[in-house]
Amino acid sequence: MSVGPDNKAVMGAGQAIEEVFRRAGAQVLATLIRLLGDFDLAEEARQEAFAAALEQWPVQGVPANPSAWLIHIGRNKAVDRIRRDKLFRTKVLDLETAAVDAEGGTRPEDALDDTIDAMFADDRLRLIFICCHPALTHEAQVALTLRAVCGLTTQAVARAFLVTEETIAQRLVRAKKKIRDAGIPFETPFETSGGPMLDERIEGVLAVIYSVFTEGYAATAGSALIDTELCSEAIRLGRLLDGLLPNQPAVLGLLALMLLHDARRAARVSAAGDLILLEDQDRTLWDPVEIAEGLALVERSLSLRGRVSVYAVQAAIAALHVRALQKEDTDWPQIMGLYEVLLRLQPTPIVELNHAVAVSMVDGPARALDLLDSLTARGQVEQYHLLHSARGRLLQRLGRSDEALGAYRAALNYATLEPERRFLSARIAILEESRPEGG
Amino acid sequence: MNYLLLIYANEAEEPAMGTAALTSLMADYTEFTKGIIKGGQFKAGDRLKPVSSASTVRIRNGKVTITDGPFAETREQLGGYYLIDAKNLDEATAIAARVPGAKYGSIEVRPVWPPQG
Repeated sequence: MSVGPDNKAVMGAGQAIEEVFRRAGAQVLATLIRLLGDFDLAEEARQEAFAAALEQWPVQGVPANPSAWLIHIGRNKAVDRIRRDKLFRTKVLDLETAAVDAEGGTRPEDALDDTIDAMFADDRLRLIFICCHPALTHEAQVALTLRAVCGLTTQAVARAFLVTEETIAQRLVRAKKKIRDAGIPFETPFETSGGPMLDERIEGVLAVIYSVFTEGYAATAGSALIDTELCSEAIRLGRLLDGLLPNQPAVLGLLALMLLHDARRAARVSAAGDLILLEDQDRTLWDPVEIAEGLALVERSLSLRGRVSVYAVQAAIAALHVRALQKEDTDWPQIMGLYEVLLRLQPTPIVELNHAVAVSMVDGPARALDLLDSLTARGQVEQYHLLHSARGRLLQRLGRSDEALGAYRAALNYATLEPERRFLSARIAILEESRPEGG
Repeated sequence: MNYLLLIYANEAEEPAMGTAALTSLMADYTEFTKGIIKGGQFKAGDRLKPVSSASTVRIRNGKVTITDGPFAETREQLGGYYLIDAKNLDEATAIAARVPGAKYGSIEVRPVWPPQG
């Protein structure tokens, strides 16, 4: 690299190229996987194409369709290498056939054709479905999606999930080995004959996106409550999926849900990093643009034919919360009704807990406490800190301070996130202070 | 009567690729296979890919689930097998989901090594 007056311009070009790589990376990888038939081979080919671009683009300029250029170069480099290796004789034959099929699609001069954009979109969708394939563990699906579809580095994925880079690297190697050994196809479930798993496969992709979002929005461990990068990546994935699979109620529902939660991000944590409950949040801090988009998406999701999506119901609940300009305006009876719908679709302890909280706002804390006690009696929720915390609040409202104190202490015992622990400690301190002497 | 011989071994303790021990083991297998073919007792036999390539198909409440890994329930016993030729894992698991036993048991889908050429 030259030193002197041109240095700044070169740096600028380098940054522009990095940006193109980031935006086009998933597309290039996706199409190369289809052309080369192998994940690792495609990753290597993409790396070589990036290296070629770093040499040529500063001189020749960035091509009109950078993705098509990178795919073209990447495929040629891979074919050259396989020819050199000779070990893969049969693979070369396949590749030459594939190269002829794809020629129109990857020659830079043809790159602006609409049909190519459609083909590229199919490859992106195939990449999402292979990364979220149910024959991979959920952890592997999440890591592979963040790495291959979002383009996060292994280091960034490791940081997000508070595990070592080594762990993530191994997870990725194992996932790609499983894809190769087990014969997981680079196909969307629409292409698979029979395709009885279509809804399940879409649900699987949504589960990956939602766990990326929830890990960002309510990290399960560590000192920070919100990891903004993960939230943004999840929303970006949701938008991408909605673009590729339009008018799917569940996809629209999840995107709406994430936007309506994300809209409240700034109000959810104090300057000191403490958790602020929905009812205590400064509603002027909520993001009106995200709220408007989220509300429109809930409407669309619920108006479409087909199965009601659990994400859409949750988004509808979030919508009722954000529609209330003051907490007193919250439509609790309707929220309670929606939780009843959700309980039928997804009878989990967390839904039962949230339903009980809604009941407490409509019928009072005593009935809600009965519901929580019945949930507790069925077992398996002892270590669930939010349950104890909710019980504490109900008991406090009923004036049963000693029992409330016990519940908060149980919650503190199981809570792992620092801001949540501070929040619970503060509640305990207030109750301890207000206790009569010797009581 | 036909008998199925199931070969169990700790994958971690098996001889690694490229070692003399593996060459010797493969030779033993070839000799054994030839022997039972000659004796008229051979019907079929394959080497399976490692357990890390396994997936399990189950149907519960009418819903098909596919999970990573072999069957996990220790109270389930091997009761039968099908050897199928499928285009890819999705086709193989779709067929596995049609096995009646998927409704109450687990169908492990394990790829078979292609014959050595």
